Amino acid sequence: MIWNDEFETLPREAIEALQLKRLKRTLERVYATVPFYRENFRQAGVTPEALKSLDDLRRFPFTLKQDMRDNYPYGLFAAPLDQIVRIHASSGTTGKPTVVGYTRRDIETWAELMARSFGAAGAHRGDVIHNAYGYGLFTGGLGAHYGAEKLGASVIPMSGGNTKKQIMIMQDFGSTVLTCTPSYSLYLAEAAAEEGFDIRQCKLRVGIFGAEPWSEEIRREIEEKLNIKAIDIYGLSEILGPGVGIECVEAQNGLHIWEDHFIPEIIDPDTGEVMPPGELGELVITTITKEGIPMIRYRTRDITRLISEPCVCGRTHVRLERMSGRSDDMLIIRGVNVFPSQIESVLVKIEGVEPHYQLIVGREDNLDTLEVLVEVNEKTFSDEVKVMQELSTRIRKEIKDLLGVTCKIRLVEPKSIARSEGKAQRVIDQRPR
Amino acid sequence: MKVEQISIFIENKSGRLAEVSQKLGQAGVNIRALSLADTSDFGILRLIVDKTDLAKKTLKENNFTVSKTEVVAVEVPDRPLGLHSILEILDGGGVNVEYMYAFVERCGENAVIIFRFDDPEGAIRVLVENGLTVLTGERVCRM
Repeated sequence: MIWNDEFETLPREAIEALQLKRLKRTLERVYATVPFYRENFRQAGVTPEALKSLDDLRRFPFTLKQDMRDNYPYGLFAAPLDQIVRIHASSGTTGKPTVVGYTRRDIETWAELMARSFGAAGAHRGDVIHNAYGYGLFTGGLGAHYGAEKLGASVIPMSGGNTKKQIMIMQDFGSTVLTCTPSYSLYLAEAAAEEGFDIRQCKLRVGIFGAEPWSEEIRREIEEKLNIKAIDIYGLSEILGPGVGIECVEAQNGLHIWEDHFIPEIIDPDTGEVMPPGELGELVITTITKEGIPMIRYRTRDITRLISEPCVCGRTHVRLERMSGRSDDMLIIRGVNVFPSQIESVLVKIEGVEPHYQLIVGREDNLDTLEVLVEVNEKTFSDEVKVMQELSTRIRKEIKDLLGVTCKIRLVEPKSIARSEGKAQRVIDQRPR
Repeated sequence: MKVEQISIFIENKSGRLAEVSQKLGQAGVNIRALSLADTSDFGILRLIVDKTDLAKKTLKENNFTVSKTEVVAVEVPDRPLGLHSILEILDGGGVNVEYMYAFVERCGENAVIIFRFDDPEGAIRVLVENGLTVLTGERVCRM
C-alpha cells in the first residue's frame, strides 16, 4: 500500500526541485545556528550560497560520527532545547554515546516516514503490530511505535526481552506484523518451538527487520521458519532512526530511501570522491527536513549502491541495494577484507548448520588468526568423531574457498553463543591496538 | 538384539562432564557403561544407561546436544584372546567397526564389548552365525 501517494510517486524532476529547495534551507539553518558547521564550511571554503545545483553538494565537507562525539551532547543541535521534544542516543559501545534531538515537527516527519515504511512492507490499518524493538534511548522501539499509530494499526509495545511472554502475546493477541532485529526473530522461532508452539501457525504475515546486517540466506530462513514475508528496513539514529529506507513488498529488491527528506550519495570510502552512478561504495546521507539535528553529508559507513531503475511498486524514490556490510564491521584479516555476513552465508548453506556463530580474531606471532565458533545441534551432531571432524573441515574449506582466509573452526555446545535480544555480537576482536 | 546408546556433545571446558553425571544422577539414571572420545576442542560421551529416554530428556532440558544410536553388545570370555576371537570373526565376515569399548561383568567370568557398526544387522548376523552371544539392552542393564 502506498501511504502517501503524492510524495512517494513524485516525478524525478519534482523530487530534485524539492530537494534543492530544502537542501538550501537546511544549509542556511545549520550555518546560522551550529558553530561546528560554520567552522567546518569555512575550512572547506564554502558557504550556503555556494549551492546552486544538487551537484554542488559534493563541495561540502562530510560529518562523521566522531564529530557527534566531539560535540557531545547537544553541540550539533540546530534548535534550542525548548523546541526539542525528544532525545535519543546510540548505545555507545565505544566512548560516549551519540545524542540526537527531535523537534515536534521531526517527530511528525518520523512517524510519517515510518507509516510509509509500514505501508511499503504491506502493513495497514487493522494489522496488529508486535513491536519488539527496544523502547528507550534506542530509536527502534519508539520510532516504529509512532509510525504504527500513524498508520492506524494496533500496536503492541512489547519492547525487547521476556521471550516467553512475547510468544504468549503473539499467539493470544493475534499479532500480524512483527518488528524486531532479524536475529531476534530467529530466536523467537527457536524459543517458540521449545515451548511446543509452532510459530508458523500463528497469524504473523510480515516481519520488518533491521538494526543489524543480515544476508539473503537469513531472509530465506526467517521466511521459512516463521512463514512470513521478511522485509528489510534501514535507519540510523544519526539520520532519523528506523524508516530512512525500506524494501517494498512487491519487489523485495533494494530499499527505497525517502528522497523528499534525505539525499543519498555513494562515495569511495578511501578518497571521499562521489562514485559514478550505480557503483558500490559508502553511503552518505544529508537530511533536508530535520530541524533538531540536521546532518550534512553524514558518513554512514554502510556499503551499498544506488538503484535508480524504476520499481514495480510505482514508487519513484531511488533504492539502496541491500547492505553488503558496514565498513565498520569489515575485518581485515591478514590483509583480506572479511564481512561477518560472508561467513554467515557459508554456514547457512551447509545442511543442518544454524547461523549461530561468533568470530574471534586474534594475533599469534604477528599473524592474524580467525576462529569461527559454530554451535552444534541435533542435526549436525554425531556419535562418531570423524563425522564431526568432517563437518569442521567442510566449514573451514568453504570459508577458505570463498574468502581465501584460513580459519580454525571450534564446534561449541548449543546456546553457548550469546543470543541477541538486541544486536548480535558477532565479532570479538582481541588483536592488540 | 541391539542396545540403545546415548551420545552427548561436550565442549572442552571444566565442569561439563560433572554436570552430565550430576543431572543424570539427580534424575535417578544409572550408568551401565561409558566411553569418552576426545579431540582438542570437544568430546563425545557415549553412555549406556538403564533409562535411556529419561536420560535423553533430562540432558536435553539442560541444553546438551544428545543423540540416540544403536550399538551391539557381545559377551566374550574374560581371558587372553577373548577379544581377538571376536575381531577375527568380524574381520572374516567383512564387518567394519566404527568404535568399541568394553566392561567386565560383576561375576568376573565374562566381558562385554560394545560395538558401533555402520551395518549393525549384518554384524549381528555374522556374530550369531559364529555362535557368539549378542546381548539385549535389558540384559546389559541388569548386569
